[in-house]
Amino acid sequence: MPKTTAYTATIEYVSILDEKGNFDEKLGKGLITDEQALDLYERMTVCRQLDEFAFKLQRSGRMGTYPQNKGQEAAAVGTALALNPGKDWVVPSYRENAALFMMGLPMHYVLQYWMGDERGSQIPEGVKMTPLSVPIGTHMLHAAGIGYAEKIRGTKNVVATYFGDGATSEGDFHEAMNFASVLKSPVIFINQNNSWAISVPRAKQMASETVAQKALAYGMPTVRVDGNDIFAVKYAMDEAVKRARAGEGPSFIEAVTYRLGDHTTADDARRYRDPAEVEAWIARDPLIRTRKYLEAKKIWDQSKDDTLQERAKTIVKEVVATAEGVSKPEVDSIFNAMYAEPHKELVTQRETMRTSSLGKNPEQVGLKSEALGTRH
Amino acid sequence: MATLNLVQAINLALQQEMAKDDRVIILGEDVGPNGGVFRVTEGLHAQFGDNRVIDTPLAESGIIGTAIGMAMNGLRPVPEIQFEGFLGPAYDQIVNHAARSRSRSRGAITVPLTIRVPVGGGIHAPELHSDSPEAIYAHSPGIKVVMPTTPYDAKGLLISAIRDPDPVIFFEPKRVYRSFREEVPEDEYTIPIGEAKVVSEGDDLTVVTWGASLFQCIEALDNAPDDVSIELIDLRTVDPFDMETIAASVEKTGRCVVVHEAAMTCGLGAEISSRVQERCFLNLLAPVQRVTGFDTLMPYYKLENEYLVNAKRVGMAIKETLAY
Repeated sequence: MPKTTAYTATIEYVSILDEKGNFDEKLGKGLITDEQALDLYERMTVCRQLDEFAFKLQRSGRMGTYPQNKGQEAAAVGTALALNPGKDWVVPSYRENAALFMMGLPMHYVLQYWMGDERGSQIPEGVKMTPLSVPIGTHMLHAAGIGYAEKIRGTKNVVATYFGDGATSEGDFHEAMNFASVLKSPVIFINQNNSWAISVPRAKQMASETVAQKALAYGMPTVRVDGNDIFAVKYAMDEAVKRARAGEGPSFIEAVTYRLGDHTTADDARRYRDPAEVEAWIARDPLIRTRKYLEAKKIWDQSKDDTLQERAKTIVKEVVATAEGVSKPEVDSIFNAMYAEPHKELVTQRETMRTSSLGKNPEQVGLKSEALGTRH
Repeated sequence: MATLNLVQAINLALQQEMAKDDRVIILGEDVGPNGGVFRVTEGLHAQFGDNRVIDTPLAESGIIGTAIGMAMNGLRPVPEIQFEGFLGPAYDQIVNHAARSRSRSRGAITVPLTIRVPVGGGIHAPELHSDSPEAIYAHSPGIKVVMPTTPYDAKGLLISAIRDPDPVIFFEPKRVYRSFREEVPEDEYTIPIGEAKVVSEGDDLTVVTWGASLFQCIEALDNAPDDVSIELIDLRTVDPFDMETIAASVEKTGRCVVVHEAAMTCGLGAEISSRVQERCFLNLLAPVQRVTGFDTLMPYYKLENEYLVNAKRVGMAIKETLAY
């Protein structure tokens, strides 16, 4: 018997607005209105300022470890633009702040979280998202389950989940892709391929030429886009969302971008990255090309940009003030939040926390409950 | 009233909760038309269909992670992990997500999830099909751990677990699945999570146990001299466990033997023993004894009966504790 072809596939690459500001009118037509483009540019600018400020907060001891989003704003806003806040879900990693804000998360929540306060993850009623996820590549499974719940309720709501290139090495990534496909869960897997997993470059992370091709193994429509191009990202997202809403299951988007900053404030990327590589990517900054696009359309200029930068600073200062103005959490909350109702042993431990004798009743260490005063 | 075994009682609880609440979803390997490898979900796929009884891909972390997402979005998933030896791949999802979600989101994102897992040895199963990992999960805050032994308790506790707003691991002693029957009411009833059961009352010594070892304890009590009065407690929930019932008993008897199938070191017997000496020090007439599995691997089945706690070992511990 002659050999035959069992399977072939190609993966499209989509670029609409390139780093020089060239715009593909055919593909880009009607994707993002001028008003939306202005809004996204503003959001990216505010997010960039928030990042810069957060870095300074960490360096001056006002905040703990923080992962900057710098350079990856387009993938966040371009995807979120295709979602319905309050209905569609976002299941994030931790480098897509701008998307979370578009879904309705108040900006100070993110800072409050990185300032060490769980209330920064206390997602407000009506905002459809899960908190930032720290263990890499594990949260996409939740997206599969969240999407399944929407599917069997018969809603048209979809779930967008974000993760990096390193996360696609994790077993749970593959399980999530497989489960979502098999269950036809309305999930959009958004890979922010920023080339680096802390210090490990993509070439050491995987032997596959693209991240997008990993989706082929799960029978999932997949595409690679210029992740610093809001139009290309929106283009791919529109198609994926349309499929998900139509009950056709999950899709995969590899957004090729770059982490312009360090992994986190605890990292120093100069130890492992070639400065020339970083320089090349600075030229591909999503903010620069979006601004070029707006200027070419004659709806943006230097003076508007100056005003925006000032406004962004003001917004960020207010956000920082809000985050820093929040009172310290009550110690009780670590006990009260464990279960719907704390069990008896937890109640005892809550009562005795301040006696520094964990597990003992206040009476056992010579203290009356009343004598402990207020608990914070 | 119907006389049911453990498999039938759990099946009945699942069937009734699914009929009552369409948020209850079963997922796992072979749980669909096959009814699960132990047939615990038999008939449920036929009654409730593909959307609510899901045969999943063979991936434990995937099963639990997906179930967590379902729970975060308003469903009441009841995933089945085929054997406790395969809980390992799902450990990250259980401990780092299911158990943490309520606390880390300060109540905004909760995970009402019941993970059913057959547990323990004694059925001549392959390697990794006979372990007792309950203490690992009892040591992880944020998740409750239940291990009923009798059909009546299993039905009432499973209904409580499914309705619980927090994640629960529901261990089913597989050695008991078809080896013991009792009357189980058709009507729905619940047994609160965290409440032990005093199986028999006594004044001289307290035996605390859970899981399949309950039957070896009953045998040991039957073999004890007639003039010795022993109180037997079936913990039923191992986390949070019912210290009040244990303490009340030991305050009365002054002697305590803890019996479990799992290995000794850092087993739950250590925690119970420690709490007993904290709470009942002045009542104690003898050191708390433990009768447990050994700190070895659970042997393959030719030697599993030597590993498992038996009535003779329990009897020896009772005798020594009484004679101390």
